[in-house]
Amino acid sequence: MGLFGLFSGKKKTSAAAAKERLQILISHERQNRQGPDFLPDLQRDILDVVKKYVAIREDHVSVRLDRAGDASVLELNVTLPEN
Amino acid sequence: MATVVTVTSGKGGVGKTTSSAAIAAGLAQAGHRTVVIDFDVGLRNLDLIMGVERRVVFDFVNVIAGEATLNQALIQDKRLENLSILAASQTKDKDALTEEGVGQVLDELAELGFEYIVCDSPAGIERGATMALHFADHAVIVTNPEVSSVRDSDRILGILQSKSKRAKEGGKVHEHLLITRYDPVRVENGEMLSKEDVCDILAVKLIGVIPESKAVLKASNTGAPVILDQDSDAGLAYSDSVARFLGEDRPMRFVTPRKQGLLSRILGGGD
Ligand SMILES: Nc1ncnc2c1ncn2[C@@H]1O[C@H](COP(=O)(O)OP(=O)(O)O)[C@@H](O)[C@H]1O
Ligand SMILES: [Mg+2]
Repeated sequence: MGLFGLFSGKKKTSAAAAKERLQILISHERQNRQGPDFLPDLQRDILDVVKKYVAIREDHVSVRLDRAGDASVLELNVTLPEN
Repeated sequence: MATVVTVTSGKGGVGKTTSSAAIAAGLAQAGHRTVVIDFDVGLRNLDLIMGVERRVVFDFVNVIAGEATLNQALIQDKRLENLSILAASQTKDKDALTEEGVGQVLDELAELGFEYIVCDSPAGIERGATMALHFADHAVIVTNPEVSSVRDSDRILGILQSKSKRAKEGGKVHEHLLITRYDPVRVENGEMLSKEDVCDILAVKLIGVIPESKAVLKASNTGAPVILDQDSDAGLAYSDSVARFLGEDRPMRFVTPRKQGLLSRILGGGD
C-alpha cells in the first residue's frame, strides 16, 4: 500500500459497504424463495395486520418454514421498534 | 448426448453475448462440435458479435415454426469448422419460443452430432431467458462486480435451482460463475467488489475472471469473438475459462494490478 493508502485505508471502503448490503439482502431473498409460494403473501398479510397497531417496516416481519422430520414449523418473527 | 450450456445473468449489458461467442468459439477450438444459439428473440445481436449478420436467412423461430429446416438456418462459422450459429428472429415476439419447440430443436441439434449447445440468454426473467434456463445442463452465470448484477445473478440461481428441467427431475444444473468487466486497480482501491467477495455472496464455483478490456469493443467492431484475439487479456482470460470448463486447472490471470512505475507506487496503489 502506497503513501496515500495509509490515509485511505482507515475508512470502510465502498466495496465493503456493497458486500455487506448484498449479504443481508440476498440472505433475506433466499429465505423468501425457499418454502411454499404462499410465504411472501402470508408475510405481507401479517405485516398489514400488525401495521394497524404498530408502525413497522417490511423487514421487521420474517416468516419461515422449517422442516423437522415429518412436521413443518412455521416460524414467525415480528420485531417491534422500541417505543 | 449434447451438453446444453446456458449463458445467463438476469441483468442486461453484463457481457452474456460477448461470453457466449467466446465460450462457443473456445469449445470449437478445443475440437468440440459446437453450436451457439441466440435466445434474444426480437433483439438479436449474437449474429453481429460473431460477424455473420449478412448471412442470416432463416432463424431459430423459423425452425420452431416449421418454416425452415435446421440445416437451412444453421450458419457455419468461416473461421472455425466446428462452430455453427443459430440466429434469433428480429421480428417475431418472445412467445414464439415454446417449451416443446425449443426442446425439439435442441434434440435435433444433438442428433446432428453437436456436442455442445451454447445458449445466449436475453436479460430479464421472461420467456427467452426462462427457456434458455429450463434446458440447461450447465449454467454460466455472468456477473459484474456490482450490486445489481450480483443480486440478479442470485435470482437466476434461484430459478435454476427450482424451475429448470434438471431441478424438476430431482437433479441439479452445474453452476459456474464468470465474473466479467473486472478492474483489479479499482478492486485494490476498495472501489469494486473483489472476486472473493462475489464468490462469498453467491457461493458458486468461479470459472473465470474477465478483465475490463478494450479488446472486447475492438472484437465486436470487427465481428470476431474476442477469444480469437490471443494478444489480448480478455481473449486469454476467456481461453483459460473454457479450459477450466473442460476440466483443466489453470491459475487466474489479470486479477491483480499491473506493476506500476516507481512514481505511481510512491503516490499510492500498486504493491
Ligand atoms: N470484459 C469487457 N470489457 C469491456 N467491455 C465489455 C466487456 N464485456 C462486455 N463488454 C461490453 O459491454 C457491453 C454489453 O455486452 P454484451 O455482451 O452485449 O452484454 P449482454 O449480452 O449481457 O447484454 C458491450 O458493449 C460489450 O462490448
Ligand atoms: Mg446479449
